[in-house]
Amino acid sequence: MKYQLNRLFALALAALLAGCSTTGDTPTGEEAAVEDRGSGAEGVAASGAAGAGAFAGAALDDPNSPLARRVIYFEYDSSEIMAEDQDMVAAHAAYLASNPNQTITLEGHGDERGSREYNIGLGDRRAQSVRRVFELQGVSPQQINIVSYGEEKPAAEGHSEAAWRLNRRVEIVYAGY
Amino acid sequence: MKLINGILLLVLLAVARPGMTALTIEITKGMEGAIPIAVVPFGWSGKGAAAPENIAAIISSDLSRSGRFETLPDRDLVSHPTDASQVQYHNWRMLNVDNLVIGQIRETGPQQYSVEFQLFDVFRTKRLIGYSFPARQSELRRVAHHISDLIYEQLTGEKGAFNTQIAYITTTGNGTKKTYTLLVADSDGFNPQTILTSSQPLMSPAWSSDGNEVAYVTFEQKTAEIYIQHVATGSRRKVASFPGINGAPAWSPDGTRIALTLSRDGNPEIYLMTLANKSLKRLTNSPAIDTEPVWTPDGRSLVFTSDRGGSPQLYEVSAGGGQAKRLTFDGSYNAGADISPDGRKIAMVHGEKGAYRIAVHDRETGLLRVLTDGKLDESPSFSPNGSMIIYATDAGNRGVLAAVSVDGRFRQRLSLQAGNVREPVWSPFGRQ
Repeated sequence: MKYQLNRLFALALAALLAGCSTTGDTPTGEEAAVEDRGSGAEGVAASGAAGAGAFAGAALDDPNSPLARRVIYFEYDSSEIMAEDQDMVAAHAAYLASNPNQTITLEGHGDERGSREYNIGLGDRRAQSVRRVFELQGVSPQQINIVSYGEEKPAAEGHSEAAWRLNRRVEIVYAGY
Repeated sequence: MKLINGILLLVLLAVARPGMTALTIEITKGMEGAIPIAVVPFGWSGKGAAAPENIAAIISSDLSRSGRFETLPDRDLVSHPTDASQVQYHNWRMLNVDNLVIGQIRETGPQQYSVEFQLFDVFRTKRLIGYSFPARQSELRRVAHHISDLIYEQLTGEKGAFNTQIAYITTTGNGTKKTYTLLVADSDGFNPQTILTSSQPLMSPAWSSDGNEVAYVTFEQKTAEIYIQHVATGSRRKVASFPGINGAPAWSPDGTRIALTLSRDGNPEIYLMTLANKSLKRLTNSPAIDTEPVWTPDGRSLVFTSDRGGSPQLYEVSAGGGQAKRLTFDGSYNAGADISPDGRKIAMVHGEKGAYRIAVHDRETGLLRVLTDGKLDESPSFSPNGSMIIYATDAGNRGVLAAVSVDGRFRQRLSLQAGNVREPVWSPFGRQ
């Protein structure tokens, strides 16, 4: 139970940190509850758990939240996180840092060009690059599993840059979601 | 539950599934200076109208596929001798055929046969070799490949590699409903036998030096693991399941160790594992990707891919460890090496101007020669006699296998009727 509450509190916090733009669409009551939580002490979490839970559930599932995006794309032969993805990566880091019991798998992928085991290496390097950012932002190493699939699990079939750019990616897979 | 899932995901088959799709062969690039030869349909004595296998057709296909022979089309055969006494040399000389193969198949009992063949030199008017083999029905194709090997060796002076096998991976289905299959087939693509299927990726099959076992990478537990499977029985054992990458297994020539890639210490490095006790020795130490190790035939060193210089290139390191030496300097992408059985050539994936092709590096001259003209060619593997390289290529949005002679003059495509085919590896001679 304690874990549940902590988790709900953290989800709410993450939602507040990451999903401010969505609050305008929520009923005023919920919005107020979240604002209480953000400014309040720990005791507030217990009293407002139910309301926060309803909102927090949306943080991972809300298509407008940065947490709903769980794929990071990369340039050819690169493991550098591009500027447009940095906020999204930071939102996941914040969520995970405040949810130490939540584990994730970073699945590294590459496009089909070149040799397969080298592409496993490239997928691993991309996942490690995301891991480093997560850990710098307070995510515990114990929360992160890494698996590189190389070119073995393409998101898009096809032999052109249109498909390749969708395949050079890291997928953030939340355990239990 | 995890175990049950694993079992559900996985179907292990040690026996053939008859009627499965077979690889068919089409020749994409010819070769001049091939030896003209006639292979006459073999005589048949037994129940039924014809022998259970067309031995002559298998031999003829083998010989022409090698690029070293030009076989006379059946319609041009002037006569159909099945015995030495029926051979009239002058008839064959008129067709400019240098050599003639004839034979007979006899049913000697239920599912039991005797296959006899003779090879003649038409111009010297003499018999070169002749043998008779007993065979069960299931062995007839292999007997035909063995005869092809004998003819090839007699006429070229090099050992034939027809009676060998290839292992490869196929995928069928789309998106999340993919099936990954590891198969073993005869070197001509016939007789495909599934030895493993999984809903998760299978990769990097590697034959043991005696040809009895295959190591491979499987993601069946949603993480990379290396298994070794006995090909004939289907029994298998897990040999590597460390955190992170477990990849690119390669057997030492003496069969006691495998080289493999592990990222357990932070990034991909090459290790040697002694199979008897699973002890590990780390061979490389760089912050780059080090992977795809292959052993030199003498077992003294390994060639591997590393991007420590900024782009993926091939390096060589002693099996005892130490400093690695860079081998390739042509182009910005050289990866996925295989070493010829005599150790003199290294085949690789060579990337240049957006195309990935199979190239061969000559260790004596240092010269690199590009052998193929695809855009997405990969996974080169030498035949055990070193004359051919089998590789994966793309043909109209489908992965197919192809083979090229080491001199690049002859190319052929082996196309499967369904699914994507990739990662072919040619067995050693020992595999029976």
